[in-house]
Amino acid sequence: MAQPVAPLVTLTGVSKLFEQGTKALDGVDMRLAEGEFASLLGPSGCGKSTLLRIVAGLAEPSAGAIAWLGDRAPARGEIGFVFQEPTLMPWAKVFDNVALPFRLVGAGGGEVAARVEAAIAGVGLAGFEDAYPRQLSGGMRMRVSIARALVTAPRLLLLDEPFAALDEITRFRLNDDLRRLWQERRPTVLFVTHSVYEAVYLSQRVMVMSERPGRIVADMAIDLPAARSADLRTSPAYGEVCRALSRRLAAEVAA
Amino acid sequence: MSRSERLTRMLAPLGIGILLLALWQAAVAIEHVPAYILPGPAAIADSLWRNGPSLLASLWITFRITMAALLAAAGLGLLLAIAIAESRWVEIAVLPYAVALQVTPIVAIAPLIIIWVGSNFFSLLICAWLVAFFPVVANTTLGLKSADHNLRDLFLLYGATRWQRLWRLRLPTALPYFLSGLRISGGLALIGAVVAEFVAGTGGAETGIAFRILEAGYRLEIAKMFAALVLLALTGIAIYGALGWLNHWLLRHWHESVLRREP
Repeated sequence: MAQPVAPLVTLTGVSKLFEQGTKALDGVDMRLAEGEFASLLGPSGCGKSTLLRIVAGLAEPSAGAIAWLGDRAPARGEIGFVFQEPTLMPWAKVFDNVALPFRLVGAGGGEVAARVEAAIAGVGLAGFEDAYPRQLSGGMRMRVSIARALVTAPRLLLLDEPFAALDEITRFRLNDDLRRLWQERRPTVLFVTHSVYEAVYLSQRVMVMSERPGRIVADMAIDLPAARSADLRTSPAYGEVCRALSRRLAAEVAA
Repeated sequence: MSRSERLTRMLAPLGIGILLLALWQAAVAIEHVPAYILPGPAAIADSLWRNGPSLLASLWITFRITMAALLAAAGLGLLLAIAIAESRWVEIAVLPYAVALQVTPIVAIAPLIIIWVGSNFFSLLICAWLVAFFPVVANTTLGLKSADHNLRDLFLLYGATRWQRLWRLRLPTALPYFLSGLRISGGLALIGAVVAEFVAGTGGAETGIAFRILEAGYRLEIAKMFAALVLLALTGIAIYGALGWLNHWLLRHWHESVLRREP
């Protein structure tokens, strides 16, 4: 596939061998173009999360290399991470949870407060700044988590099956919100999921991973209009792409 | 909880208590049990009334020792727990001794401490502290190590310093554990103070409530013994209740243990 823009990050032959001997990743090659929305699709336990952690710098690859655009590893706050669980501090209010990335670099004051409030409003939670996570629904907690990941205006946003635990209605709504936030801000997004439909709905490009040890076995451009909404979910074109991707997934994973 | 249910919850134990006291009083009266074996509740109440002021003065001394020991256990216990959680070497080097101190009965160590430490107040304080110390250390250490793994990763991602991780992640996570340890320690500190007073057995101006119990026993003033026991039990309940309230107040916004389920 042609890469229209310079890759923000390039992985070459990345492998991961855990201490107890499990091989999680086996020679992953991946390039993420700046500003693209890419999904990583694969069965459970195929090493998707491990790959995401390596890209985030939270884990070291056993072999292979990661190269960043301009040979400059991302600074603090240039990567946003959304986990499968909301991962909020239960003792802190919504505002303080979203402000955490700033607090950890020692930033404060009016400008930071304004950015935190904008991020909270951006995920549709204006007015909930003083609520505690416990008082929110699962979907709202996930929105807080997304606001925290976006508050530093990261260049790269990594999401690890963030909507897997949510009900379908909430998941659809959050899909639309994530898509909108991406279109407004254009960070590079790497979205990990095991749902074909979610991957197709959100992404410009879907990479398929094999079963453990994970490798990228297919890389498919999603040829759908940029404006995506509920209508798309029922359109024949969407169904066709999902079918094609499902076939690829079934073939590659079984192989 | 409805209002009538709350009333029942208050009245039921009270009713049982009154019934038992009445039975006790009746048994003592009918059987003519001598007062130096088992006095009736009326005699105990009378003794409590007459000896109240002097017993309360003694209780105050024991209470002060208990509170000082509890504060020392909370402060030093927290510091040791942080040292253990932050450094594997401290854990390996210090923990065996903390455990050894914990499992050695305080009654056995108390005479030594009383000989070594001249001051009565401080020797009793050290005894009470020794028994109150360990639950704080053990619980807080567990809490400090229980921080959410994903949150730890998040702190790592944003380049948090060790201090920030401790202050913003590990300590808040450990707070409920620390408070639960403190509740155990509150009762133990009182027990430790009383046991140490029994061993020390000192009279004179600074006489704690435990010595008054011993003294009443020597003189066969059993009603006074019971009166002192009542005061001691009430003190224990008050400490436990106060620490429970502190727990509730500090965790009221976020911790599952103190949140009521929304209907």
